[in-house]
Amino acid sequence: MERRWGMTIDLDRCTGCQACVVACHAENNLPVSGPVEAAKGRAVHWIRVDRYYEGTFPDVKVKYMPVMCQHCDDAPCEPVCPVYATYHNAEGLNVQVYNRCVGTFYCANNCPYTVRYFNWFEPEWPEPLQLHHNPDVAVRPGGVMEKCTFCIQRIKRTKQDAAQEGRPVVDGDVQPACVQSCPAEAMTFGDLNDPNSKVSRLAESGRATRLLEELGTKPKVIYLQRGK
Amino acid sequence: MATTPELLPYGRIREDLFRPLSGVSRNYVLATVVAFVIGAAGLVAWGHQLRSGMGVTGLRRPVFWGFYLVNFVFWIGISHAGTLISAILRLTDAAWRKPVTRAAEAITVFALMIGAMFPIIHLGRGWLFYWLFPYPNGRMLWPNFRSPLLWDVTAITTYLTGSVIYLYLPLIPDLAQLAEHRTLWRRTLYRTLSLGWTGSDREWHALERAMKLMAGMILAVAVSVHTVVAWDFAMTVAPMWHSTIFGPYFVTGAIFSGIAALIVVLAALRKILHLEFYLTRHHFNNLAKLLLLMSLLWFYFTMAENLTVWYGNDPGEMAVFAARTRARYAPYFWTMVLLNFVVPLVLLGIRRLRTIRTATIASACVLVGMWLERYLIIVPTLANPRLASASSTYTPSWVELAITAATFAAMVMLYMVFSKLFPIIAVWEFKPHPLEEE
Repeated sequence: MERRWGMTIDLDRCTGCQACVVACHAENNLPVSGPVEAAKGRAVHWIRVDRYYEGTFPDVKVKYMPVMCQHCDDAPCEPVCPVYATYHNAEGLNVQVYNRCVGTFYCANNCPYTVRYFNWFEPEWPEPLQLHHNPDVAVRPGGVMEKCTFCIQRIKRTKQDAAQEGRPVVDGDVQPACVQSCPAEAMTFGDLNDPNSKVSRLAESGRATRLLEELGTKPKVIYLQRGK
Repeated sequence: MATTPELLPYGRIREDLFRPLSGVSRNYVLATVVAFVIGAAGLVAWGHQLRSGMGVTGLRRPVFWGFYLVNFVFWIGISHAGTLISAILRLTDAAWRKPVTRAAEAITVFALMIGAMFPIIHLGRGWLFYWLFPYPNGRMLWPNFRSPLLWDVTAITTYLTGSVIYLYLPLIPDLAQLAEHRTLWRRTLYRTLSLGWTGSDREWHALERAMKLMAGMILAVAVSVHTVVAWDFAMTVAPMWHSTIFGPYFVTGAIFSGIAALIVVLAALRKILHLEFYLTRHHFNNLAKLLLLMSLLWFYFTMAENLTVWYGNDPGEMAVFAARTRARYAPYFWTMVLLNFVVPLVLLGIRRLRTIRTATIASACVLVGMWLERYLIIVPTLANPRLASASSTYTPSWVELAITAATFAAMVMLYMVFSKLFPIIAVWEFKPHPLEEE
């Protein structure tokens, strides 16, 4: 059976520490935009932590929500791309082919989650960050769109390693950088097609919700939070 | 109307309308140079953008479409002046259309050329624009025909091809008349372009048939083009873009701004080329009534669109609606209503006030208003996405402003060159029928 990669994020556990954001930057060679461009809204963070405030001052509670590409089963970004730069792969991932992208911005405009990021300039890293690049991940040129890949390079590496060692890929083998780095262990990654995987069981929980579920995009990121 | 150009002797008409082709005045040179400088500045800005990256624009997440797309929709809208109006008038055999059609058809071709540049200018990697064309390529990949942008490419290339033919066909008899021109390069140009037209019965019949056919087809193409442009927005799930009336709403807006552009251009031609006898109050009066009709239709659509959103009270859409009508974009919104509805209604709806001058003023207002309309459709929606945490604002950079200014300069320049090379009013249409000739 084909795999269907998915993730759960437990909002009751998330502390908003942003470790996932940093880990993603390091893993995926995200360019560093600098303070000026970041202030303009040009920073690239494949995963961001949205903040929601409840109550009125001084009785305020902050809720954090890490948001990345939701890898929708019915992704609005996919049909609008005129050059097939974004499409659905066999394992349900919404993948971005940088070389095909001509930069129409259409996918980003049609993403209800606003999780697509554009390379406004050629990517840059302040010294010595240019030395830390992950060799498994392509550096994207200026003028193309990019977004969370669920660390597809780790998925591929895990499958290759398993094949070489002659063993199957089991639940928990693949961990995207954000999941691995979460100190609160709020994130779980795995195969949604495998009913016994941890992520499948969590997705069945009564606390499971999906972001902007009413749009019918069928996201594969599932948020867990207790009801009011 | 007491005077119509038809009453003039044909020799005088020929002389009047061919006169602008020869001689270049000082003002003409001056205007061309100014337009060229502004156009060149736009090219420099574009070069800078290609070299440095899209970051030199004011675009940012989530406002990925800004001035460029506004200009795209605006110019494609203007292009509906020509073909649509001239085709409707031709098919309905409106006698007053004769001095109006060519000027209108030329607007179409130039506005389309300019408008079609913007999808390329707005690309992150503009030098790869041809990847949107369906051709056998090294990537062994067809473009994605499900993407509305590909419908755009198809519709606009069809429309451009069609309107060039539609402009060219009725030019042929005039070119043949000019084939004996004194200057050698003009003689060669006109003779080549006239395709050996001799004016035989067979040729006239063929031309007439071809023009009728083109008028019918171009009408359908024009409607489809702006519908497809509207669908670039309506096919998305973005709040206040995803609207079923966008197709007809955009077509209405396009014809509206197209007529406005035509009136402004005709007023300028009348003044500069001294065509007072050919472009009379009668023509402006008729076009002004058409403009008023479109203004009412536009208002109806705008009201239908906004009232349903407001009444429906969907939170995603209300964020955009509030930004448009009550917050950041409200001054633009109410200016748009004033320019597109109140001004034409007063100036053109009251018969006593309807003159050539007021028609021109109202048209200039409509052009500004319709540009604002496109801005208000594109930017507030993107700046207020469904997840409010991503909301932002947009201010264009000098690069976008320079390129925008350059397109207006390009329009002026192209039009001026055209009016020097070809008679801007179809001369042969005034030729008396052979049977009436004594």
